[in-house]
Amino acid sequence: MRQSFSEWSKTGAPWVWLNAGAVAICLIMVVGLLTLIAIRGLGHFWPADVVQATYVDQGNSLRLIGEKVQAEDVPATQLRDSGVDVPEGLESMQRNLIKVGNRDHGGTDFIWVLDDLITDRSKPEMLFTAERREWGNFYGYLRGIKEDGKLVTSYEGYEKTDEYLALWATLEKRIERALDIYSDIEDIEKGRIGSINYKLERLRLQERSLQLKNVTDPAKYKKIDQQRAALDAEYEGLQGDLLALYEEFNRDSVTAEIASGKIVEFKVAHIVRAFLPNDMGLGGKIVHYFAKIWEFVSTDPREANTEGGIFPAIFGTVLMVIIMSVIVTPFGVVAAVYLREYAKQGFVTRVIRIAVNNLAGVPSIVYGVFGLGFFVYFMGGHIDDAFFPEAKPAPTFGTPGLMWASITLALLTVPVVIVATEEGLTRIPRATREGSLALGATKFETLIKIVIPMASPAIMTGVILAIARAAGEVAPLMLVGVVKLAPSLPLDMNYPFLHLDQKFMHLGFHIYDVGFQSPNVEAARPLVYATALLLVAVIAALNLSAIAIRNHLREKYKALEM
Amino acid sequence: MSTENTATTELDFNTPAAKRHRNLRALKDKMASGGIAFGGISVIVAILLIFFYLLYEVAPLFESASIEPWQENEQQIAPYSIPGEGKTLYLTMEEQAEIALRVTDLGQLVFFNSRTGEVIKQETANIPEGAEISSFALASEYSGIFALGYSNGQAQIFKHKYRSTYPDGVRVITPQLAYPLGESLIQVSDSALEVLALNGEEDSWTLIGGQASNLAATEISLTENIITEEIEADTSRISLPNMNIPAQKLLLMPDRRWMMIAGEGGKLGIVDMLADGGPKVTQLIEATKNNITSFELLVGGNSLLISDDAGTTSQWFLVRNEKGEWLMRQIRSFENGTAATTSISIEHRRKGFVTISEAGQLNFFSTTASRNSLTAAIAQGNVETIALSPRSNALLVEQNGQLALWAVHNEHPEISWSALWEEVWYEGYQEPEFTWQSSASTNDFEPKYSLMPLAFGTLKAAFYAMLLGTPLAICGAIYTAYFMVPSMRRKVKPFIELMEALPTVILGFLAGLWLAPFMEVNLAGIFVTLLVLPLSIIAFAYAWACAPKSLRYLIPDGWDAALLIPVVMLATVFSFWIAPGLEQLLFGTEMRYWVTQELGIPYDQRNALVVGIAMGFAVIPTIFSITEDAIFAVPKHLSYGSLALGATPWQTLVRVVMPTASPGIFSAVMIGMGRAVGETMIVLMATGNTPIMDVNIFEGMRTLAANIAVEMPESEVGSTHFRILFLAAFVLFLFTFFVNTLAELVRQRLRKKYGSL
Repeated sequence: MRQSFSEWSKTGAPWVWLNAGAVAICLIMVVGLLTLIAIRGLGHFWPADVVQATYVDQGNSLRLIGEKVQAEDVPATQLRDSGVDVPEGLESMQRNLIKVGNRDHGGTDFIWVLDDLITDRSKPEMLFTAERREWGNFYGYLRGIKEDGKLVTSYEGYEKTDEYLALWATLEKRIERALDIYSDIEDIEKGRIGSINYKLERLRLQERSLQLKNVTDPAKYKKIDQQRAALDAEYEGLQGDLLALYEEFNRDSVTAEIASGKIVEFKVAHIVRAFLPNDMGLGGKIVHYFAKIWEFVSTDPREANTEGGIFPAIFGTVLMVIIMSVIVTPFGVVAAVYLREYAKQGFVTRVIRIAVNNLAGVPSIVYGVFGLGFFVYFMGGHIDDAFFPEAKPAPTFGTPGLMWASITLALLTVPVVIVATEEGLTRIPRATREGSLALGATKFETLIKIVIPMASPAIMTGVILAIARAAGEVAPLMLVGVVKLAPSLPLDMNYPFLHLDQKFMHLGFHIYDVGFQSPNVEAARPLVYATALLLVAVIAALNLSAIAIRNHLREKYKALEM
Repeated sequence: MSTENTATTELDFNTPAAKRHRNLRALKDKMASGGIAFGGISVIVAILLIFFYLLYEVAPLFESASIEPWQENEQQIAPYSIPGEGKTLYLTMEEQAEIALRVTDLGQLVFFNSRTGEVIKQETANIPEGAEISSFALASEYSGIFALGYSNGQAQIFKHKYRSTYPDGVRVITPQLAYPLGESLIQVSDSALEVLALNGEEDSWTLIGGQASNLAATEISLTENIITEEIEADTSRISLPNMNIPAQKLLLMPDRRWMMIAGEGGKLGIVDMLADGGPKVTQLIEATKNNITSFELLVGGNSLLISDDAGTTSQWFLVRNEKGEWLMRQIRSFENGTAATTSISIEHRRKGFVTISEAGQLNFFSTTASRNSLTAAIAQGNVETIALSPRSNALLVEQNGQLALWAVHNEHPEISWSALWEEVWYEGYQEPEFTWQSSASTNDFEPKYSLMPLAFGTLKAAFYAMLLGTPLAICGAIYTAYFMVPSMRRKVKPFIELMEALPTVILGFLAGLWLAPFMEVNLAGIFVTLLVLPLSIIAFAYAWACAPKSLRYLIPDGWDAALLIPVVMLATVFSFWIAPGLEQLLFGTEMRYWVTQELGIPYDQRNALVVGIAMGFAVIPTIFSITEDAIFAVPKHLSYGSLALGATPWQTLVRVVMPTASPGIFSAVMIGMGRAVGETMIVLMATGNTPIMDVNIFEGMRTLAANIAVEMPESEVGSTHFRILFLAAFVLFLFTFFVNTLAELVRQRLRKKYGSL
């Protein structure tokens, strides 16, 4: 149907279409953002092929070994300015970011190279990647294995032969052995010695507390000394065990050829995982992929948080959120019940309702400032004076920590719970309440047995929304308790098990810290995407469940209203 | 009869057990009522506490100072007679204000207990025979180094210092007198040292002194003898020309380039010691029409304070003009009533000072804030000398041979309305400026607490975010609420609302690490997209309208948005594809280089455009959701009526639906604005956090919220900086609370209106 443009635009149709376009743009932005995070976050764990190539730069020919991470076009003018000889007529050249690893030998993990200068690309099957505890990834050819400094087996050559595979198998076995010893060492260092140190610190505090109370009874001091001597002895014993384990641990080392052709040596003990990326089949890659994801969610971070896992951050986030919801649920529900069921409805309740609503819109950093000033310095300082004088001048609760972070976030999210609960309470038909009261139940009984159970899905919705908000909030936490690297988890086997005064790690803050404060941003970036993906997934799941509960609730009351 | 009996036996409500049970239930009910009321009210009080606590932390900033006689063990201490003999040349106290030092014109250096006047240690200057003390010069309060000038032209340099020891856990402070330039006398001039100035640092010092019109300078450099470890002083004399201004008082700046001479009748001479061709007078100014009574350097030695006998004290410092010359200029002045200023004491750590007038009126001033934080009459008649302690918490007042110690409470003198919100002329700046610079490594630093750049940055970030977010969100909401088919609406709305829950740290991280570098390379692409998108949507729509019916009827009404998704995606890809060629055609180079080189606009990688996009993204769901509700809630019969009268859907929307829903849209924008103003993580990560005031879209900013996040962890509890950050939080709180309340009230009125319709 043909019509003139002016006629068509008179109907207002272009405006309608533009509005439709706005929706389309919003949708594309959301989906695009989530896809971007998902692709970057999940792609990181897939074992990338390691490329070997020759790089010719100003007459020098270099061998390059590494993973291609990124490519970009650079305008020719910019290149000419920096002294690169760009052929006439070219407007731009492709530049690749290559992860070459071997930071202990080259200085940097990443280098930029011009794509045109690379020749002889190949993917040798025998190139291996080793993820190490320090100095980042290693790329090279396996050359031999040493035990106590003596060469045990070795191989020269670049082809996949039985001999080479045998050598590789030996390496894998030795890595496994080292990892076993490592877990024993971890167990002693973090678990048992950590526990002894903790007990020693408690003894010191007990002694100090006795001194402060002017207790002169020598028996009490003697008891402490005895306990201390016992702990010291145990510590000595463990130290001996540790020394022996370390000797075993450091027994083996690997020699390998790196890109420059040099033969280098490093300890097997430093290897977390070694694999032949170019030799992996699809199955192998999938197994590797899931192993890496598991490592990501279950282990501690390494190398200033740029490698390894984020388990402490997940743990810290979850624990903080649990403590927060334990605090926020009763208070939020009581406040809502008071406002809706007990308070006289009038001007005052209206004002309070507006105020509560508005508090949900107050910037979170304001809550952080309040938490730091009021909870940490004011209340924490007084708690320390009253209950922990022996630890002074080191603060116990007078410093940011898990408890204050949870309380601050509880305060931040309490309006969410109040609003949601109130909404649930208003939806309960008056007749239901009156029925209960008419049968002789008291107001409290009606509340507990009729109203609250009926409102419980609404309460749940509120709590879930509060949790979702708390899990993603970072700004206030930066002031009241998160740290980039916590030495231990706030929940462990040492009395009193839950350490509310400790600082903790948090997923959101981890993203900020690793992405922006890390010395090696390039290496850390994929991990930040993966962390972001995890956080988005958790929060989306929480929100979707809240929505599902809300819809379920509405269905239920439709039946009630008849 | 029998029926009655059976009834009572079967249903006896008044058995003791039932009564007890009932009482228990009633009690429980009462307790629950009380408990819930208590709990509910306390939660609400806790929420209100935020407001009052912030206020409580901020309030001390604006309190004026107070002064009272010093109390020791809750006993007011009485004035005591002054230890030592002669007239006071210099009076000072050590860190704890426990020990004071008095230097007299008879050469006595007396350390005494500042509370009782008990002499702790007394020394006598080594006055050459036949000479007497004729002048005194102080390098700076902070260094504790001062010089005595003698009438034979020699000078001696002293330093007072203190050592704290803790025998038996009690602090004992031992005063000491040291000779940092050696104990021997230094010949400064051949004539009597009637005026003297001293300054320098570590191993290099300059002394200038002499008679009013006959000055001479001596440079001293210290070297340590490697073998004996003794310090040796090498002196060299520099003759000074006649300055044409008889000197009454003399000062030397720490850089030893500038000497200031106070002359008769309020004349001020500035001498450049390092001028080409030897020292010369660069400026001769009439600093005041009256006589100069005190002539001092402010802490840091960059500012000059001149008091006169009419009660005015003025601050001067060197300002560079366009030609690159340094000129001494009067920056601001302070009134101390009309009586002459008799004594002035400089604060040791802050840019402030205390004056006392002939009438015994005391005034506390802060130069940065140009604030008079206290005016108090503490004495009758003439006060000879006043001295502040290093922490500015005690003041010694000498009057008629008596000394009195006063306790001073002056926590935050450097803050005033003008220091926070107006342009301030800071030391060393060419002109008054808005500057936020809260901390530095040295004590001499002048903290610059102007909240303007931060407030400006906050509004700039919010403005760009709203510029991008509002149209998208409102247009999207209009379509979703009014045109979209219900089945699609049910899916789209929760989806966009889910965005609201997206942690801002993720948006900030993407903006900083992905969008900012991407934009740097594809700047033209972004602008081309902004242009191409609406055009391509219109073009597609027109093409669709012209398409044959058979094709158009495949897609029912209200599914236009779904149709547009591929169009928008293709248009975006197309824009980025043509952008490089287009910018070569238009600018001859990349747009970013064109912006910086041709337009001369600085380009930061993390700039306001990045923040605008990222934060626009964050405010879209907020605005969308509320606007959508408002439009959807407009009663259907209104639009049906309009449509029935022949209006097109668009006319109905613009003329009928939008006016009815407009208060709701207004409140949506307000709430979105509140969110943009308070957002922390996005701006923290997507800008460079430099506190500059520039509307340029390609430069960054620092917002109030981000500033709190950056500086709060390092700020000292209870310090001025700490309280100012609380003030920033308080401002944010009030702003968002006000905006949200406004929005809420508008929304409630709207609801009432719909109710009547």
